[in-house]
Amino acid sequence: MTIPDPTSDAIALGIFLALLTGTALLLSRYVSGVFAGELSHGPPGRIEEWLFRLVRTDPLREEGWRGYARNMLVFNVVGFLFLFSLLLLQGFLPLNPQGYGAFAPHVALNTAVSFVTNTNWQVYAGETTASYLAQMAGLTVQNFLSAGTGICIALAVMRGITRRTTPLIGNFWVDITRCTLYILLPIAFVASLLLVSQGVVQNFDPYVHADGYGGPQTIAMGPVATQETIKNLGTNGGGFFSANAAHPYENPTALTNLLEIFLILLIPATLPFVFGRMAGTMRQGWAIYAAMLVIFVGALGALYAVELAGNPLVTDLGVAGVSMEGKEVRFGLGGTALFTTATTATSCGAVNAMFDSLTPLGGMVPLLLMLLGEVVFGGVGSGFYTFVGFMVLSVFVAGLMIGRTPEFLGKKIDVPEMRMAVVTVLAPGVLVVVLSAVSLLVPGALSAMLNPGPHGLSELVYAFASMSNNNGSAFGGLDGSSPYYAVAGSLAMAVGRFVPAVAMLALAGSMAQKKRVPPGPGTLPTSSATFVLWTVLVILIVGVLTFFPLFATGPIAEHLIMIEGGTT
Amino acid sequence: MSSWKTAILLFAVLTAVVGVVYPVAFTLVVGVAFPFQAHGSLVMDAEGRVVGSALIGQNVTAPGYFQGRPSATPYTAYNASHSGASNLGPTNPVLLEEVAGRLAALRDAGVTGQVPSDLVQASGSGLDPHISLEAALVQVPAVAKARGLPEEAVAALVRAEAIDPLVPFAGPHVNVLSLNRALDDLAAGQSP
Repeated sequence: MTIPDPTSDAIALGIFLALLTGTALLLSRYVSGVFAGELSHGPPGRIEEWLFRLVRTDPLREEGWRGYARNMLVFNVVGFLFLFSLLLLQGFLPLNPQGYGAFAPHVALNTAVSFVTNTNWQVYAGETTASYLAQMAGLTVQNFLSAGTGICIALAVMRGITRRTTPLIGNFWVDITRCTLYILLPIAFVASLLLVSQGVVQNFDPYVHADGYGGPQTIAMGPVATQETIKNLGTNGGGFFSANAAHPYENPTALTNLLEIFLILLIPATLPFVFGRMAGTMRQGWAIYAAMLVIFVGALGALYAVELAGNPLVTDLGVAGVSMEGKEVRFGLGGTALFTTATTATSCGAVNAMFDSLTPLGGMVPLLLMLLGEVVFGGVGSGFYTFVGFMVLSVFVAGLMIGRTPEFLGKKIDVPEMRMAVVTVLAPGVLVVVLSAVSLLVPGALSAMLNPGPHGLSELVYAFASMSNNNGSAFGGLDGSSPYYAVAGSLAMAVGRFVPAVAMLALAGSMAQKKRVPPGPGTLPTSSATFVLWTVLVILIVGVLTFFPLFATGPIAEHLIMIEGGTT
Repeated sequence: MSSWKTAILLFAVLTAVVGVVYPVAFTLVVGVAFPFQAHGSLVMDAEGRVVGSALIGQNVTAPGYFQGRPSATPYTAYNASHSGASNLGPTNPVLLEEVAGRLAALRDAGVTGQVPSDLVQASGSGLDPHISLEAALVQVPAVAKARGLPEEAVAALVRAEAIDPLVPFAGPHVNVLSLNRALDDLAAGQSP
């Protein structure tokens, strides 16, 4: 309960963000090189060549957006079927020292959809349900491949915007292979080593029996580090253990906590710069990055401030310090607030504290970040392409207001592009509102709430916000394991993932075919500070206006009850 | 059709690489490089029995020992094979009843003054191995009395055990298992 020091925490945050920005800039050069095929020379090139022959694809043959989207969807369907089967069959397979049987079918469905869509919403407790094989060959694999899928779509969108008069936006098989093997795997390997050196476990041991000061204890084990790293790096978020990154074997020290936050933000922070390089204007990359950073720092500051103010109902009992319910001592308030902001600004959803027990407004911050569409850095890939959707929308609205032709990087925005941008921006929000409303009416669905009053509504809205935006964090009090929530959630995750993804590929395909108009006096510059601020406002207006009634009846109502000294 | 064939083949190759070869090879590497950490940072007694993990908290209730944080893991406190939190909301009366009950228990055990929040509120994992330095210090008089040890000696032990991580955000904290083992050593050294 050591009283946090906001000044030194703010300085530490500044250093952290500077390091992140620097690393992202450096990494962006490597990433754009990888996708441009620069590693195809030398030894990786020979392996690549052999691999592409084996899987029967010609690396030089690119596809239009339809072909790219089809291959992406087919690949994800194969991944889903494999994972779904593995979860049902794990009882018959090796690396299962605890002898766990099959997942219940609706839980297997929910889990498979969840990991394929980069959501990692979890209605099972890892250490009591999943075999080591399922964790490693099933869930870890999807942590790599769903992240890779997101990055590939983002790259295809970048190509679409920056190319001229061609229908082609890339070869999905080549992109996913290079992304997985040259970007995700090397970073994951090095980061996993650092995590293990700090105490994250990595073994295939059966659970250990100990007898200590608290009596007998059975300690869960497993190949945790290899999953932990990619879960953060790929903004997946699915914990090996039920308590996710609050568990000491996933996140043992203040240092691993910072490293994991860094991994969560790394690739999403890199992609705007990759785009800047591809578009030949780093200024555009900086503009996108700045817009994201503004919202990120604002949200983090708000969360930190309300958690620092604490829960008066508890302090009035004679308790000193910030509310520690659901939080771990070793991270400190700053480490908890930064993780919480990073994990919901991106689509990660890993948690190092339990959001259900945050103060009402504290819990509203992660909810708001998700409902903004996860564009503040956002998920690996998905954050970038959703942000592009918002930029297209901003260009259009600004164009209407000042009477200029809407253009983005010299490409005219027409009706088809607007249609796709609006689908991308609104699809998750519509899902949240509709499914939350339906759940309030479905018999029995309300009994899944743990907490009474407005907080119960927050739990419910949070669940569908998390699944529709492919985040995966939860107000854990809500019991999402019933068949209704499992199936409705699977629908939310699948639609929330693939509808915007395909819409943005369509937008990319249509942009790629356009000519580039040289900038004239009627052009709205999309890398100016004014436009950055404008985009931030558009994002906030869409998010806040759509969901204000839900905020008012959930977290804000609970906050008013709390500061008046009432309970629910 | 060619999409499906390519998808299945590529998926199989990538699964083999990132889902089998990578984790297995990595396990072998760290099994050699960091065997203690990779296998759970397990702590043994003199006879080689596992007394726990340096990273996993224990449900200490006996007088004369420092207590860790409250734990809300399923079935039993500090259930290290099923981690989890209470998930109680900030205005839930159950939360306030639980905090009040824990406060009363600490008062009965002889803890006086303001009680640090980490000592009466359950952790996120339910397995938090640490308490804040303040949460250890408020327990010193009660522990010293139960042990018949001088308070200054026990307080000095707590300060010696404090971890100041030199990493931003985290304040000084104490590993409860390590502290209780040091306390046993101290008591053994002082007994005739």
